[in-house]
Amino acid sequence: MMIGLNHYLAVSAILFGLGLACILVRRDILLILMGLEMNLNAANLALVAFSRFGHGATGQVMTFFVMAIAAAEAAIGLAIVVALFRKGKSTRVNEFRTLRG
Amino acid sequence: MTVVDSLFLFFSVALVLSAVMVIVSPHAVVSALYLTLVFTFTAGLYILLQAFFLAVLQILVYAGAIMVLFLFVIMLLDRREPCRWWSRNLPALVGGPMVGLTFGVAVWATLKRTTWPEVAPETLFRGDLAQVMTPVFTRFLLPVEITGLLLLAATIGVVVLTRKEGQP
Repeated sequence: MMIGLNHYLAVSAILFGLGLACILVRRDILLILMGLEMNLNAANLALVAFSRFGHGATGQVMTFFVMAIAAAEAAIGLAIVVALFRKGKSTRVNEFRTLRG
Repeated sequence: MTVVDSLFLFFSVALVLSAVMVIVSPHAVVSALYLTLVFTFTAGLYILLQAFFLAVLQILVYAGAIMVLFLFVIMLLDRREPCRWWSRNLPALVGGPMVGLTFGVAVWATLKRTTWPEVAPETLFRGDLAQVMTPVFTRFLLPVEITGLLLLAATIGVVVLTRKEGQP
């Protein structure tokens, strides 16, 4: 068996699906953020695989940017979680109904 | 089966199992530790893809900085009781796997129909540090500067967001 682009893309797709399931199933902001990180990670894996099998550095450069943006997103998201926990004493999304229009 | 193939199988199976454990474990700390494992195994896959610099960055940024941030916030919030997410959560229990399954079937069908051009193993991209980082400081210089600005904005935003009310 020769490991090719298809296999890496399949792993990336499975990881993305699991991240999506984590976002949908868990009703906890922390777990939703973790699912988002898994999604970004799956996209990174696909980009690096394309870079490897497509003869170019651009995919890896894009992964570099995605990592920077993921770090910023995690910092902002966790700050919002802390602020929400101060207000509502909970991290369940179902209990934050004040934002509902 | 070569060493690379068996390593790929090991890393991908371990990656998927850790990702499942992130979803099902009732404690947020356990989820975060399994997420660290997910990032570490992804770094292993990067090494198999010859992206050594990104593997190091993955360990440093994801498994290091981001997971420390997550664990710090989880322990700051100090929720000791396990989250029984599977009870009284029928819409999510039905809808989540359904969406995941639909997505998986769509991707599987796409991958099944697509044929990628055959690549000779010796022409595959081997990203050494200079080859990967030279475009960052030449062709992608403006995005790098914008990313720096974004990180500055994120820093200021975090300081503003976590400020206690009434304080200057």
